[in-house]
Amino acid sequence: MATANSRELIARRAEKEIADGDYVNLGIGMPTLVANYISPEKTVVLQSENGLLGIGPYPTEDEVDPDLINAGKETVTASTGAAYFNSAESFAMIRGGHIDVAILGGMEVSEKGDLANWMIPGKVIKGMGGAMDLVHGAKKIIVIMDHVSKKGEPKIKKTCDLPLTGKGVVDKIITERGLIEVTPQGLVLKEVFEGYTVQDILDATDADLTIDVRE
Amino acid sequence: MKTIYSSAREAVAPIEDGMTLMVGGFGLVGIPEQLILALVEKGVKDLTIISNNCGIDEWGLGLLLKEKQIKKMIASYVGENKEFERQALSGELEVELTPQGTLAEKIRAGGAGIPAFFTPAGVGTQIAEGKEIREFNGKEYVLEESLTADFSLVRALKADTFGNLIYNKTAMNFNPMMAAAGKVTIGEAEEIVEAGELDPACIHTPSIYVQGLLQAEQEKRIERLTTR
Repeated sequence: MATANSRELIARRAEKEIADGDYVNLGIGMPTLVANYISPEKTVVLQSENGLLGIGPYPTEDEVDPDLINAGKETVTASTGAAYFNSAESFAMIRGGHIDVAILGGMEVSEKGDLANWMIPGKVIKGMGGAMDLVHGAKKIIVIMDHVSKKGEPKIKKTCDLPLTGKGVVDKIITERGLIEVTPQGLVLKEVFEGYTVQDILDATDADLTIDVRE
Repeated sequence: MKTIYSSAREAVAPIEDGMTLMVGGFGLVGIPEQLILALVEKGVKDLTIISNNCGIDEWGLGLLLKEKQIKKMIASYVGENKEFERQALSGELEVELTPQGTLAEKIRAGGAGIPAFFTPAGVGTQIAEGKEIREFNGKEYVLEESLTADFSLVRALKADTFGNLIYNKTAMNFNPMMAAAGKVTIGEAEEIVEAGELDPACIHTPSIYVQGLLQAEQEKRIERLTTR
């Protein structure tokens, strides 16, 4: 299980994947944290699939507007230059390839870039929300998650066991241990984070990894 | 001029057992609060409800669930509701989970006279099982059919007496598409003004989609109050 520190590390590394001028959708949970680390040097517009382009900071108590929420149903504000629109328009933006980066959480990722993050058979089904649409629309799909499950089992596998959210959709995986790119030739380990070795990552990964770590 | 109902009870009077209803809102934001309460009071049952979520245990569509008035729910995310979980697991409630963008587009298409469309969302997942898959420009898409409803219940900030609607901020969400996809659409508005008072350039839902109006105050309960 990721500690507060490892969640921050993952969020800070994910932020580096966002370029100045990007339109970005952050999923619910750990991906939402990325917003806290966006460099003031960059102009980044955050999209919320319930119909807001330009998520601002959380409101002060005086600013709370019950009609203004993000996709996680939290009260938010709208940033300068924001726009509101309906849900069909929101997903037209998503599916139409207009979002530069989407950062999502994950339960499992396969070596072909399949993502499972919406249901565990036998457990309560909550629904996929917008995840199945998002994984097909954004130009770059980044999954951020713990490297292993709560039971210590690898989450990066040859094939996903859980029901899929999307097939062959993931571009990069960032965990507390490192950064892995999904390429047509399979998974490539590009970065190893402090406190871990290449061997640690190989041991905790079920999928085959090509090692291409820049020193 | 559209019918302006004097009460929510009067507005829902023609809604009968077994009908299909679209209900606007994302979470508790933009839900037609008084029309939902009137449906609970009326006790109409065996409803098919199309809505992104299903309220919470004590508010919104959760109230209809509690009284077992919903037969089938078509939604994208229903994780906030214990009673929903119980009814879904026991088989009392039929549930059709749909990716959120597909749900929005099914409703949009329904109102726009388009019977079906191809989308990439759900290809290669259990959502696409039994549905037609077709390849366009080297990528696979799944055929999804559109949705319409006997009644659409939507929530607006302002209406004029012609039935033009303006929504507030993220309370817009599914409401505009639902307004177009209902055979009969009732707009529950916080305020109803005379025709001509709204700027025609700022109308979100043109009056042609709206058959009746109800002016009603909204509680606007907050699901996740988050402050700085």
